[in-house]
Amino acid sequence: MRHVAILGGGPAGLAAAQGALAAGARVSLIDEGDRLGGQFWRHHERLTDPRLQHAWHRFERLRGALAGGGAQVLVGASVWSAEASVDGVRLRAVVGDADGDGRSAIDVDADAVVVATGAHDLALPVPGWTLPGVTTAGAAQALAKRDGVAVGRRTVVSGSGPFLLPVAHSLALVGSHVVGVHETSRMPALAGGWLPRPWELAGKAGEFVGYVGALARHRIPYRTGSAVVRVLGRDRVEGVVVARLDADWRPMPGTEREVACDAVALGHGFTPRLEAALALGCAIDGDHRGRFVAVDDAQRTSVAGVFAAGEVTGIGGADAALAEGAVAGFVAAGGALDDPRLRGPVAARRRTHAFATRLERAHGIRPGWTSWLDDDTIVCRCEAVTRRAVAERADVPLRAMRLATRAGLGPCQGRTCGRAVEAIVAESGGAAASVGFDRRPVLAPVRIGELAALADTDPRT
Amino acid sequence: MRVVVIGAGIMGAACALALAERGAEVVVVDRVGVAGETSSRCEGNLLVSDKAPGPEADLAIASNAMWRDLAERLDADRPAGQPATEFEAKGGIVVAFAGGEAALERFADAQRATGIRAEAMDAAALAIAEPFLSPEVARAIRYPDDAQVQPSNATQALLATALRHGARLVIAEVTGGLGRPGRLAGVRTTAGPIAADVVVDCAGPWSGEVAARLGARLDIRPRRGVILVTTPMPQRVFHKVYDSDYVGAVGSGDAALQTSTVVESTPGGTVLIGSSRERVGFDERTGVAPAAAMAAKAVRLFPFLEHTTLLRSYFGFRPYAPDHLPVIGPDPEVAGLVHATGHEGAGIGLAPATAELVAHAVLGTPTALDPRPFLPSRRGLRETA
Repeated sequence: MRHVAILGGGPAGLAAAQGALAAGARVSLIDEGDRLGGQFWRHHERLTDPRLQHAWHRFERLRGALAGGGAQVLVGASVWSAEASVDGVRLRAVVGDADGDGRSAIDVDADAVVVATGAHDLALPVPGWTLPGVTTAGAAQALAKRDGVAVGRRTVVSGSGPFLLPVAHSLALVGSHVVGVHETSRMPALAGGWLPRPWELAGKAGEFVGYVGALARHRIPYRTGSAVVRVLGRDRVEGVVVARLDADWRPMPGTEREVACDAVALGHGFTPRLEAALALGCAIDGDHRGRFVAVDDAQRTSVAGVFAAGEVTGIGGADAALAEGAVAGFVAAGGALDDPRLRGPVAARRRTHAFATRLERAHGIRPGWTSWLDDDTIVCRCEAVTRRAVAERADVPLRAMRLATRAGLGPCQGRTCGRAVEAIVAESGGAAASVGFDRRPVLAPVRIGELAALADTDPRT
Repeated sequence: MRVVVIGAGIMGAACALALAERGAEVVVVDRVGVAGETSSRCEGNLLVSDKAPGPEADLAIASNAMWRDLAERLDADRPAGQPATEFEAKGGIVVAFAGGEAALERFADAQRATGIRAEAMDAAALAIAEPFLSPEVARAIRYPDDAQVQPSNATQALLATALRHGARLVIAEVTGGLGRPGRLAGVRTTAGPIAADVVVDCAGPWSGEVAARLGARLDIRPRRGVILVTTPMPQRVFHKVYDSDYVGAVGSGDAALQTSTVVESTPGGTVLIGSSRERVGFDERTGVAPAAAMAAKAVRLFPFLEHTTLLRSYFGFRPYAPDHLPVIGPDPEVAGLVHATGHEGAGIGLAPATAELVAHAVLGTPTALDPRPFLPSRRGLRETA
């Protein structure tokens, strides 16, 4: 029986598990979270308010399929090594709390793997964004959704993309007063992305309009071509400066105004988590505005036995992830792409891919955002590296720049600042970036002792 | 005199500075820019402790002394934004576990005869110098001259200083030579031809490939090395501390994975754990075997490391010649071509002395160093090329 390993328990990974089980494979699903569901269905058995969940019935169906199919489910498991060879795929994970005692090591050897590691939410730097009270939109959403906690009493949401709307809605439902939602993109870009060929959008436009309606019911203003360009406060957030923006996201002089608040949620889209795919040797497409795992119609990557689905292949949302996952899991298990059982997911995938293109056109990051930074704005938070420091070293290769400035060398390893740093390098006339820095032989923090234990037991060392 | 230096790593940057300061018109050509490869993927060791008596030890002793002045000069004279070299003469301590004492003492005795300072430490001195070291350590020798720099930053500082002395940097790939067979008159690059009286090949692990493009034969191969970095922590390692098995691995021709333990702290608070050697070509798939083996040996040396967390790991390719000696001097078959490569894992430390030998080869400037053991015409190199 073919054994398919699935990396990630969000919509793409769950759909992949279901697809692989349907095609007759044995399935092992690994996720670093405490529960299945990923970011999209982040939840807590007791604390979660069901009004904050979307398409929950699909999650329950998928979870049921896993249990019914006898899939091995490993949660709280960090995969720190992924290797592909002609013999198959080997994943190594540690299970248990990152700072706890007695973590256990688990190896998963499989014939194929589906990489469904999803994406981080991306927040562009703003002067003052290191003040307590500023979170990413994703963190605000996670706290609201899983724990029913509001990040502040008066919250301003700023960034770009339709994700800001459910975040604002969740904040309102858990009791925060959302002072405003500032969508950085201007109306012409939004119209260019959302309005043409409405039949392709299926329910998406309705969803968008539904949220706008929900915001209106909560009396939350939704402003376009507007952004938080500065966070104010001494020891914590006391307010923000919002400004109108031009089409390239440059603040328009004279349009600034102060808004009092005690929390700010920033979200400018998502960055795919590529480390596992890179470790497995998968080819990557794109440039610093967006790099994704290259896949074919059957979600195959450039490496035999390695498939990818969901946000790592392009930011398309949960519906795209579900469709791609279903295809990836089914084919990884040995099923055929033209199998009648894949007709639905293949058709859904076609629709959702059109949606991803629209999202980029409507909400994609424009280069003018760097003009709201001060020279001494901290860009890399882990190592406290300023915009000036990065710009001064922009003329050397990215690796040398990072070693000189320490940008991206801290605990997050550039996951938070990578895109912003590359944008500053690019605007300062620096060298083109590559994925070189994302190539990490060790994918997740692992203890030296856990590594050492492997040397004692692994005959290959 | 116009000189093209191929490669903007530590060797190219040091040669560019030495040549520019001695009056040459220098053009550095690199396909990605300063410190884009090996020099940003290594530890920055300036070691004498690992050198067995011989020509490389002599070069290392001279170069180690030269680094002290050089680092001071680079750090004193730097414009805003240019990083410090992070030169630190912290000294090294080589330790042996039970059974290894005699070999370590013999090695240190031989080193002392060549002029390397190697001081035996008693248990009390060791406990003061490295209180967190394993109590199972049976013997320790201190090498006060072992030092380090942050290699990427040091390379950037060297090249920046060379540029201020009039050198130029061209980002382009060398595609071939100018001139007639046997007589090089410059290089062809993706940014156009560059005429030169002499071309210096400082392309590190790629210098054999570069030599071939210039019509010469040079047997230089890559050796992969992996380094582990922990999360920052309060300082508990105060010197560069090596297991004496380090000594055995450097000259080995074995292709299989070898590891030897080097543990040290960085100014950022992280602990570096090196190093592995694998002769696997330019293969970037490191797997976990080198990391696991190094972790096990590091924990044996410093038991507290068991509970520390690995933050990241990185790897680089080091250039080595079949006889494991640096290759420095004129090509025996192609006039106008000079090599400075093959320094294996010691290029950062050997760069200043190598640059002096290159200046001697190109400009005829005087040197107290003996260039003969490193000449590309030596037997150990020609037999395999």
